[in-house]
Amino acid sequence: MIALLRRDLMLATRAGGGFGLGLVFFLIVVVLVPFGVGPETAILSRIAPGILWVAALLAALLSLDRIFALDHEDGTLTLLATAPIPLEAVAVVKAAAHWLTTGVPLAIAAPVLGVLLHLDPSAFVLVIVTLLLGTPALSVIGTFGAALTVGVRRGGLLLSLIVLPLYVPTLIFGAEAVRRGVDGLDPATPLLMLGGITAGAVALLPFATAAVLRMNLR
Amino acid sequence: MTIMSMWGYANPKRFMGWTGPVLPWAFGGAAVCLSVGLIWGFFFTPDELRQGSTVKIIYLHVPAALMAINAWIMMLVTSLIWLVRRHHVSALAAKAAAPVGVAMTLIALATGAIWGQPMWGTYWAWDPRLTSFLILFLFYLGYMALWAAIDDPDTAADLTSVLCMVGSVFALLSRYAVNFWNQGLHQGASLSLDKEENVADVFYQPLLFAIAGFVLLFFALVLMRTRTEIRIRRLRALIRREGQ
Repeated sequence: MIALLRRDLMLATRAGGGFGLGLVFFLIVVVLVPFGVGPETAILSRIAPGILWVAALLAALLSLDRIFALDHEDGTLTLLATAPIPLEAVAVVKAAAHWLTTGVPLAIAAPVLGVLLHLDPSAFVLVIVTLLLGTPALSVIGTFGAALTVGVRRGGLLLSLIVLPLYVPTLIFGAEAVRRGVDGLDPATPLLMLGGITAGAVALLPFATAAVLRMNLR
Repeated sequence: MTIMSMWGYANPKRFMGWTGPVLPWAFGGAAVCLSVGLIWGFFFTPDELRQGSTVKIIYLHVPAALMAINAWIMMLVTSLIWLVRRHHVSALAAKAAAPVGVAMTLIALATGAIWGQPMWGTYWAWDPRLTSFLILFLFYLGYMALWAAIDDPDTAADLTSVLCMVGSVFALLSRYAVNFWNQGLHQGASLSLDKEENVADVFYQPLLFAIAGFVLLFFALVLMRTRTEIRIRRLRALIRREGQ
């Protein structure tokens, strides 16, 4: 499992792996917003938590189809399915690799981009915390979506159509927690719900992912 | 004659056998119930005190919203049956129900918007109920897109079944997550089995007819679409055999 994780991380970070693309995309989306809604400080700092979350979500979505597509094409996935580790573990490792290469960098970069959006400095910690807490759920759900569409030609659009509605609860609680922090309210409830979603998704969805992979490899 | 188990009806041939004669009755029943409910509701009930005649949209809105949710539950049940017992008719019924469910969701959203404009002063609000319905609509679209994207029918049935299960968990989650917006413009449940009704009897009785009509209509449409799917399946098998 650790070898597989190392391999996936290496593939993602080496040339052509697309690491950093998500980050750049995140940056561009955030930069585009002030052009779209106008540069007034009050409006921007009001919508900054939501923008950061939506942009992070889209950036995570961008790299999803790479999770299984290449492995499926060159037959690695078939090998993994016959490997001594269970397919559920493969699903977990794949999601973990996706999280480490997109979720964590996004969470770290978010406060920097928050400056661009005049996000209240007191909310920086909360942005990092919610993103770190929420992006594992995004990765696990996305891995499930990627496994669903792995056999589909040009599955990218289909993948986003399936995955984005599944992202809704995570987005709601993540953005709500930051917003409450900005307004000086107690963000505990949405934070707990966010943690609950992540814990539940991490615990249950790998089984669905593995089941779907088996169906696709049959 | 031996008594057939419930699963016997899932045999495609038997299914075609019993649905053929049932279908006209289901459509007829739906037509009767709907016309009684709608005509009674539209023309023979008084205008409500505050809402005026706009209240009459309830005869479309409530049954459609009810069936939109029930259609997904029905898809969940048939998906589970497919995964456990691998009855092809069951998977096809789930596939057949999805477009009907989308139509019901759209009717509920559209009638709600039409009613909301004069009553709430807005067509759309990011209210918990409205939002969760919109998300349900998106789930339906994703589910149908997945069916359409996969060539092999068995794989498609498997994958969509899992998506349906995962989707219902997240649909429920979204339903409660949107409560965080905390601005319930939409009123609470108007009908329930155990509590006293919020709806006066004059409106309640035609509404029951309308609901029965929608249930029957849904049943008939799903049966018809399932029959179509079975015929498509048969045709494909025939073409494949002839081609060899």
